Amino acid sequence: MRSNDVIIQTATKAVVFIILLFAIYIFFAGHYSPGGGFVGGLLAAGALVLLMLAFDIETVNRIIPVDYVQIAAAGLLISLGTAAASILFGVPFFTHAHTYVYLPLLGKTSFHSATLFDLGVFLVVVGVTMIIIQTIGEDE
Amino acid sequence: MTPVFFVFLPIVLAFFIPILFKKLPQIHTGWFVLAAPLFLVAYYAAFLPGSAAGETVTSSFSWIPSLDIAISSYLDGLSLLFSLLITGIGSLVVLYSIFYLDKNREQLHNFYVYLLIFMSAMLGVVQSDHLISLYLFWELTSISSFLLIGYWYTRDRSRFGAMKSMLITVFGGLMMLGGFILLYLMGGTYSIRELIAQAPEIANHDLFVWSLILILLGAFTKSAQLPFYIWLPDAMEAPTPVSAYLHSATMVKAGLYVVARFTPIFAVSPVWIWLVTGIGLLTMTWASFFALKQRDLKGILAFSTVSQLGLIMSLLGVASVAFHVDGAESTVFKYAAFAAIFHLINHAMFKGSLFMVTGIIDHETGTRDIRKLGGLMGIMPVSFTLAVIGSLSMAGLPPFSGFLSKEMFLRAMLSLTEFDLFSFETWGILFPVIAWIGSVFTFIYSFYFVFHTFAGEHKPELLPKSAHEAPFGMLISPAVMAALVVILFFIPNLLAVWFIKPAVLAIQPFLYNAPGEIDVHVSAWHGLQPEFFMTLGIYAVGGLMYWTLRKWQRIYDVFSHTYSLNGLYDSLIYLSDAGMNRLSGLYMTGFIRNYLVYMFGFLILITLGTLGVSDAFEFDLTGTAPIRAYEVILGIVLVAATVTILMAKSRLTAIISLGAVGYTVALFFVIFRAPDLALTQLVIETISVALFLLAFYHLPQLSRHEERMKFRFGNALVALGVGVTMSLVAFSAQAQKALPSISEYYKETVYTEAAGGNIVNVILVDYRGFDTLFEITVLGIAAVAIIGMIRLRLTRKEDVNEKQ
Repeated sequence: MRSNDVIIQTATKAVVFIILLFAIYIFFAGHYSPGGGFVGGLLAAGALVLLMLAFDIETVNRIIPVDYVQIAAAGLLISLGTAAASILFGVPFFTHAHTYVYLPLLGKTSFHSATLFDLGVFLVVVGVTMIIIQTIGEDE
Repeated sequence: MTPVFFVFLPIVLAFFIPILFKKLPQIHTGWFVLAAPLFLVAYYAAFLPGSAAGETVTSSFSWIPSLDIAISSYLDGLSLLFSLLITGIGSLVVLYSIFYLDKNREQLHNFYVYLLIFMSAMLGVVQSDHLISLYLFWELTSISSFLLIGYWYTRDRSRFGAMKSMLITVFGGLMMLGGFILLYLMGGTYSIRELIAQAPEIANHDLFVWSLILILLGAFTKSAQLPFYIWLPDAMEAPTPVSAYLHSATMVKAGLYVVARFTPIFAVSPVWIWLVTGIGLLTMTWASFFALKQRDLKGILAFSTVSQLGLIMSLLGVASVAFHVDGAESTVFKYAAFAAIFHLINHAMFKGSLFMVTGIIDHETGTRDIRKLGGLMGIMPVSFTLAVIGSLSMAGLPPFSGFLSKEMFLRAMLSLTEFDLFSFETWGILFPVIAWIGSVFTFIYSFYFVFHTFAGEHKPELLPKSAHEAPFGMLISPAVMAALVVILFFIPNLLAVWFIKPAVLAIQPFLYNAPGEIDVHVSAWHGLQPEFFMTLGIYAVGGLMYWTLRKWQRIYDVFSHTYSLNGLYDSLIYLSDAGMNRLSGLYMTGFIRNYLVYMFGFLILITLGTLGVSDAFEFDLTGTAPIRAYEVILGIVLVAATVTILMAKSRLTAIISLGAVGYTVALFFVIFRAPDLALTQLVIETISVALFLLAFYHLPQLSRHEERMKFRFGNALVALGVGVTMSLVAFSAQAQKALPSISEYYKETVYTEAAGGNIVNVILVDYRGFDTLFEITVLGIAAVAIIGMIRLRLTRKEDVNEKQ
């Protein structure tokens, strides 16, 4: 027997985007105010979990057909690559670089290689959380 | 080529033995082996004229130069004598083994490889001037001897004997290594000659006695002295050529060699003299007494070897006394060193020949049990002659060389009674008495050995084979040795000039400058001295006791196995095996709870102990922040939640209380102004509670009875202990901040250097991004592990397959 989940599904459709936006906000805000890759990643994973709760794993996998193992691996590679890139410029491993540029819409914007590193963290956290929940959820 | 390389000649030959054995199966491999010792005999004999004139030859090659370790060969009288014994008797033994071991049934390549390794090792032991290389070769003799004793490895007794000899001699070897290291610490050099040169300084060192005892332990175990002799009778499971070579003529004399070699260093110590002389004499008498208990011919010879080794050992002890006395008095003690070397040569000859005769009897009759043998005199006349020569020499009868050395032995022991140092004047009288008793038993077992085997009535029905004389080739080696026993009686002084005096010079180097100065002259008839009457007494009492042997031999039944040294060894082995198993079974229970108790117990002990010993506990509240109402309230909530976890009857309650703890901690983060931590804590706590619930839901039905955690006093005590300990450490750490925090630097540079505002995040990704890199790696590994655990269920698949 299948119960009628129309309220939760409708609410989810709206809320998921808010959570995802919040996650991205938290991620980008991390360098200046509370947040960062870790919390951002967890929140993004939370949004995906909410989708899975409202619908079911197969549906979510069909909508977002990604392999989270690859996401986690990509995150690790990005982080390691960011850290290792500094060697190419003749400075020690893990030296970050940053600069300010004026973009047409955003004005004075800070570009910091730490953000790239944080992106790696973000992806790893999303990947790992989703792997855990998916794997356990699919287990009989 | 320097002499040091010739030490390795047998080992090099050993590499080719298996090839020769496989490629030329029609020729007995022993013939190829024979080349090595024969060549070495000739080679070492060429050094004799120099050695007789007191010259020495040194050669060495550096092995580990940075550690000052070298393989060196030092050929003086003593090492040359031993080298000749090793290679000479080695040649005879190889010749004998060619006829003793069947080339079609035996694994000859193994045998000769082990034997050649042993030969090299022995040469290395006696020629090494370097302590470490001496130890290296010493252990190599133990290992090759182990392999040779266990040659017939399918027999239980062989394996037992090999194991026993290995354990005992390696124990001694390790002790000796300790002694060597102490010597190095005292003298600052590994060279024995250099150590001898600074003997007086070493004698005053604190470590001197320790080094002495450790080295003696090594020598006593190898030379089968009391109480370590027990391995030798069990080593008789080896093939007879091995027994003849290793366990009578060479390896067991390695201990004697070490004692002789180190005499110049240690002789100044009364401990050395007492131990060497005392243990030697006790061993001699003890073993000669128990030799009569044996029923196996090789058993008798094993105990006789132990006894004779004890005799030589005690003579070396008496020789050490010469370092304490001067002038005319010292000459008698010089005799002792002479007698020791003389008897060592004699013993190698007659014991080697006796072992070979035993091998012949075993080979031709199929048994070594003395109760089954008898009346072989007419059947095996040549073997009988050889056995009589060997036995009578062992008993100390003229005209055999044993007589001469036995006379000198008694004379040396008598001289101890006149020696007035180290309270020898009171106890000294015991030495000749014990020596005399030992000699009487030696006399009896020599007769017992030869006449119970060859005389009496022949019992062919008891023998596995019909007895007949051995082939000619088998008789050559024992005949050569027996001939030497007789010849040495007539030319002892020639032997002395070439062999004994140079060796004595090495034992007592401070007393002479050249071998020619040793004014010892051996004569078969030396007047009506006290030792002559002692010898007559030995013959009389020994003869009488041998006559009545059957009447009193029953007393040996009194000595049971349980209260013997073998019994002690067996129970030690049992203790170290089963006993240790039981001991580890006591604490290795397999319950994680017990292991946690050990860990926490030691944590408490070590931490509190350190706090107590270093008086580090301190309680200081200055500098702490004032306590606010929020913190008190949150603290109460936290404690309440924690207590609920402990008291909860259902697991669900415990999980939810744990969640409450987590959220309270998040609130603490909020009021202690850590927003990043609070955020993370909230999310993580949510996920972990969800996972807990998942685990709870999947608990198996059977064990799901809800019950409160049992109260265990021990657990409560340990938990309380850990809590108190950690609180004390925290208070002390808080009260004694040694350095200001590094965080000021972060505050100042977070914007200027790192272009960021959130100090926590900047630390995570910039200042200390390395940690973060590995933390996300940890996360990745955890995810992969979960996939592995859940998806890869190999056992479940197997179950499914079985059902199908």
